Amino acid sequence: MPELIAKSALDGRSMNVGGVTLAEVQVGPITSIAVLPGGTKAVAKGLRPLGLSMPEPNSFHERKGARIVWTGREQAFLIGVDCPALEGAAVTDQSDGWTVLALSGPAAVDVLARLVPTDLRLGACPVGRALRTGVNHMNAVILRTGDYAFEIMVFRSMARTAWHELETATHMVAARAGVKI
Amino acid sequence: MRLTCPLCGERDRREFYYYGAEDYLHRPGEGASLAEWDSYLHLRDNVAGVVRDLWYHEAGCAQWLVVTRNTVTHEISGVELVAERAK
Ligand SMILES: [Zn+2]
Repeated sequence: MPELIAKSALDGRSMNVGGVTLAEVQVGPITSIAVLPGGTKAVAKGLRPLGLSMPEPNSFHERKGARIVWTGREQAFLIGVDCPALEGAAVTDQSDGWTVLALSGPAAVDVLARLVPTDLRLGACPVGRALRTGVNHMNAVILRTGDYAFEIMVFRSMARTAWHELETATHMVAARAGVKI
Repeated sequence: MRLTCPLCGERDRREFYYYGAEDYLHRPGEGASLAEWDSYLHLRDNVAGVVRDLWYHEAGCAQWLVVTRNTVTHEISGVELVAERAK
């Protein structure tokens, strides 16, 4: 078997404007775990060796480089590790289907406020939240990874559009900050 | 307008898609009469008051919801998951 070279959608692109950094990040394998009716216990058992469990709605957990993110009713993404054999769930590899953008800096929240119809201020969206919401017209999963840091997961086919939206909003926020009233 | 999704919490109307009356959940069974199909597909009350409608959390958790809403006061008094409603 020839070794195929995996390429990310944006070639690891990054930029920094007005103290906000936007960068494509590599997160490793992404596996969707959709719990089948009656499968809750079996899935919990299968995830136990990783020290993880199915997350509550709107949240994610991390343990030793592995991350599990709530992505819907009875559904989560396991990220950063290969998925162990799981009974009681429909398991699908999603690794090539997503692009992850990291947005950080004190004004990152202001950038997202221009695009996302959900309150992402720290009080309403503390670290550990994972929200399914929209970035303009794109569906996205937004993770609050730090007080001033987010990761935004979008469909890989939307990577350049997402980059364009976030880049434009970042420039606008920086320009607005520069205007003296 | 905001809807409180049972899973996602309070969200802006932009995240939702409106489908129509809850009646769409009550599809006639096999062998139903033409009158029943006519009613299911076409006949709706135009209520000034409490209605129950189907909404889809399109830019959220992708669940279908039954929303109870008052067309006079605009009050939203209930949002339930279709997937978890009592059959
Ligand atoms: Zn929802």
